[in-house]
Amino acid sequence: MEWEPVIGLEIHVQLLTRSKIFSGASTAYGAPPNTQACAIDLGMPGTLPVLNEAAVRLAVKFGLAVEAEIARRSVFARKNYFYPDLPKGYQISQYELPVVGKGHLTIHLDGREKRIGITRAHLEEDAGKSLHEDFHGLTGIDLNRAGTPLLEIVSEPDLRSPEEAVAYMKKLHQLVVWLGICDGNMQEGSFRCDANVSVRPLGERAFGTRTEIKNVNSFRFVERAIQFEIERQIRVLESGGTVVQETRLYDADRDETRPMRTKEEAFDYRYFPDPDLLPLVISEDFIEEVRRELPELPEARYRRFIEQYGLKPYDAEVLTATRALSDYFEAVVRQAACDPKLCANWVMVELSGALNRAGLEIDQSPVDADRLAGLLRRIADGTISGKIAKQVFELMWDSGKDADTLIEEKGLKQITDAGAIEKIIDEIIAANPKQVAQYRAGKEKLFGFFVGQVMKATQGKANPQQVNALLKEKLQGGG
Amino acid sequence: MHTKTLAELAQGLKRREFSSRELTQHFLDRIRRHDGTLNAFITVTPERALADADAADVALDRGEGGPLTGIPLAQKDIFCTDGIRTTCGSRMLDNFPPPYDATVVARLAQAGTVLLGKLNMDEFAMGSSNETSYYGPVRNPWNTDCVPGGSSGGSAAAVAAGLTPAATGTDTGGSIRQPAAFCGITGLKPTYGRVSRWGMIAFASSLDQGGPMARSAEDCAMLLQAMAGFDPKDSTSVDRPVPDYGAALDRDLRGIRIGLPEEYFADLDPAMAQVLEAAMAEYRRLGVEFKAVSLPNIGLSVPAYYVIAPSECSSNLARYDGVRYGYRCRDPRDLEDLYLRTRAEGFGAEVKRRILIGTYALSAGYYDAYYLKAQKIRRLIADDFRRAFQEVDALLGPTTPTPAFRLGEKTGDPIAMYLSDIYTIAVNLAGLPGMSVPAGFIDGRPVGMQLIGDYFAEDRLLNIAHRYQRETDWHRRLPPEFA
Repeated sequence: MEWEPVIGLEIHVQLLTRSKIFSGASTAYGAPPNTQACAIDLGMPGTLPVLNEAAVRLAVKFGLAVEAEIARRSVFARKNYFYPDLPKGYQISQYELPVVGKGHLTIHLDGREKRIGITRAHLEEDAGKSLHEDFHGLTGIDLNRAGTPLLEIVSEPDLRSPEEAVAYMKKLHQLVVWLGICDGNMQEGSFRCDANVSVRPLGERAFGTRTEIKNVNSFRFVERAIQFEIERQIRVLESGGTVVQETRLYDADRDETRPMRTKEEAFDYRYFPDPDLLPLVISEDFIEEVRRELPELPEARYRRFIEQYGLKPYDAEVLTATRALSDYFEAVVRQAACDPKLCANWVMVELSGALNRAGLEIDQSPVDADRLAGLLRRIADGTISGKIAKQVFELMWDSGKDADTLIEEKGLKQITDAGAIEKIIDEIIAANPKQVAQYRAGKEKLFGFFVGQVMKATQGKANPQQVNALLKEKLQGGG
Repeated sequence: MHTKTLAELAQGLKRREFSSRELTQHFLDRIRRHDGTLNAFITVTPERALADADAADVALDRGEGGPLTGIPLAQKDIFCTDGIRTTCGSRMLDNFPPPYDATVVARLAQAGTVLLGKLNMDEFAMGSSNETSYYGPVRNPWNTDCVPGGSSGGSAAAVAAGLTPAATGTDTGGSIRQPAAFCGITGLKPTYGRVSRWGMIAFASSLDQGGPMARSAEDCAMLLQAMAGFDPKDSTSVDRPVPDYGAALDRDLRGIRIGLPEEYFADLDPAMAQVLEAAMAEYRRLGVEFKAVSLPNIGLSVPAYYVIAPSECSSNLARYDGVRYGYRCRDPRDLEDLYLRTRAEGFGAEVKRRILIGTYALSAGYYDAYYLKAQKIRRLIADDFRRAFQEVDALLGPTTPTPAFRLGEKTGDPIAMYLSDIYTIAVNLAGLPGMSVPAGFIDGRPVGMQLIGDYFAEDRLLNIAHRYQRETDWHRRLPPEFA
């Protein structure tokens, strides 16, 4: 039987606010344990939460970016359970009435586009961390993270393969970083994923029983965990068994998922509206204000790059991977005023390659858009060849000087004086009678040899088109 | 000095007839002498009190300070006091010194008051007799075999016995008004949101409200003036100007209409009815008109309350887990053992009962039938009051069905205990302001009349109570043993 996987993702996005969602304590990562937890974060008696408006603003920003309904009135609820890193014994979350309603996100996969539904996104507070190492059989509790604002983004069960799930996750990651609402740092837990997975016979409309894989924190592991889980469920069903609704943990070392708790063991969270917080009421003005702050979104910019610059979809996708990269590319195009495809190639190949080798981000690039544009202008106007340009680029990278200065200093200006090139060609023809004879006898691949000799003699500065034309003429002319 | 009202004490201090230190020492002496009998205090803070008093005297000597400068007060031990242990009447917090002041504490300190200590109360404010306190019951100064009421029993007893000129209390279902009635003092539960809950240890967040307990309406007005107002640290506090409560006290009552809820008088004890009749007669002389009104859903208050309050409490008290502060069981074997024994040993029976009720009521499959239903009833009750206040300026009824009962009389019967709040609970469910005003005695034990006002009509309530107190002296009476 052929099986169809059905996947939905719940992604927890840490929002980039300076202070916590219900207290004034800092959200900065990496401080010594429990130094960024105030009385409210510690759940001290008599303390009360006050909602951080900045978190609401970021949530609304996300909602608008996925064209979702923004709830004019949403409600914070308490999710009750006991755990040592949950100081109040409940997590303040949104349950029945979330701030962001139905929206959608478009993913690109193998040249196809697919619209993935977003069910909802709600605000909640993060818990602290339990540290099981270094405490000799005890558990350490670090509450620095407690109260950090999270936006939990729940997708519709629209994903049909591990690849689609990862494409969606990456697209969402790109968007929240693009919007500046999340730093996207997956190692530090700023972007975490739970996956709901089920399988059904292809063509069947009803969903199969699903399992939930908790807290998978890299794109690669999400893909592998889902793949494993799909195969496991198919094995179970094909051997006549039934899938048990349960929560499973992914073990990256063994590349398998393991049961954590079954439906029967599932917590009863006893949700009820938090009486310490009034319903969150969002005005039209607030929404419009946030809407005005929205940047051009990645999908729109992707389409514009294709349309406006004639880029190939793949190139447009690469160049809109991050807002900073796409901004850089556009700055280069604007200032170089030459073929956008040349700009695209340089940004994607030379620049990105150099950045990768140096382990730098685009906004740390030693060559800024202005200087790269200066270099590309010299390629476009024939001052230097593409090959020389690579040399100049390396020099720019190391020196901080601009292209014109380097071309001047190093004497790299292309030789386009036909007379000068002819003179060199004549010398080379004279110096290599044997090769000339062979070429003229039909060994045409020797042409490359002559080009090489000319380039060597001019240290690569001769205009390649002119060299080709003149060489051809001279070599044939002699015959 | 312990027989004077706050206004009288303030005048004496201002005129330097006595210093705040002398006044404070007087009350500290009375606490030492009498509190062995009453058990109204959990913690007495003499050093802090005398330091506060000295600071107040410096201000007063310079002719500075406000109406409360140098006045000694005691705080119900539910209000967090920076560096001073705050137990909430529970073993769970026996060792808990908060690193912050409740807003109420901070505001009263800012107003120049002197902190005498922390007052006994039912554990986590759950009780109507002060018998659930880990620190033992408080006794009623009028009859030490009787309870002072609860949960603010320590506050009521201490004020009645002249161990403090005034105190703070909190009221979730009657915890200011019922003990005020039992002890013959005046207590005001403000509109929900009028007084900040920051630093006030939560029992049921949507019902809890702090308020003043004192000898008179005038004293309550002075205290409320300092306590009330918006607090950015409490999202449920209301950003609305605080009126001048003192200025409203003497307003004429002619033409005022007071409603008499039929349901409050239907099965009323005849002695209590007589007390209220006498009070009404007094009011008629002041030009008040009475009108019968109906609150048809009021009979559902106690059941609705005993779903909502325990539900919220089951969640509010989840933080007491032995992990970060407060009581922790000895040598926990593992996490589960830590939770189970800490909470089994740290909480008393009544608190556990309510956590169990609340946990049940919020459980999957029961939520709609209990919690949601109770919230709907709550809305109906609030609507009943809303309709009544379209016709009248205030409501009058009994605070309690009976005067103070004997210690131990109801501890074996939780339902009977819960029913002692039958007249006060609806006010909390609706979020309205309510007062208890001493109105007479039954068998030598004081009883109170309850005045209920519209939202934020504390000024009107205080006015109605004050004009009554200008004509009567019930609030001036002192328990003989403590005179």
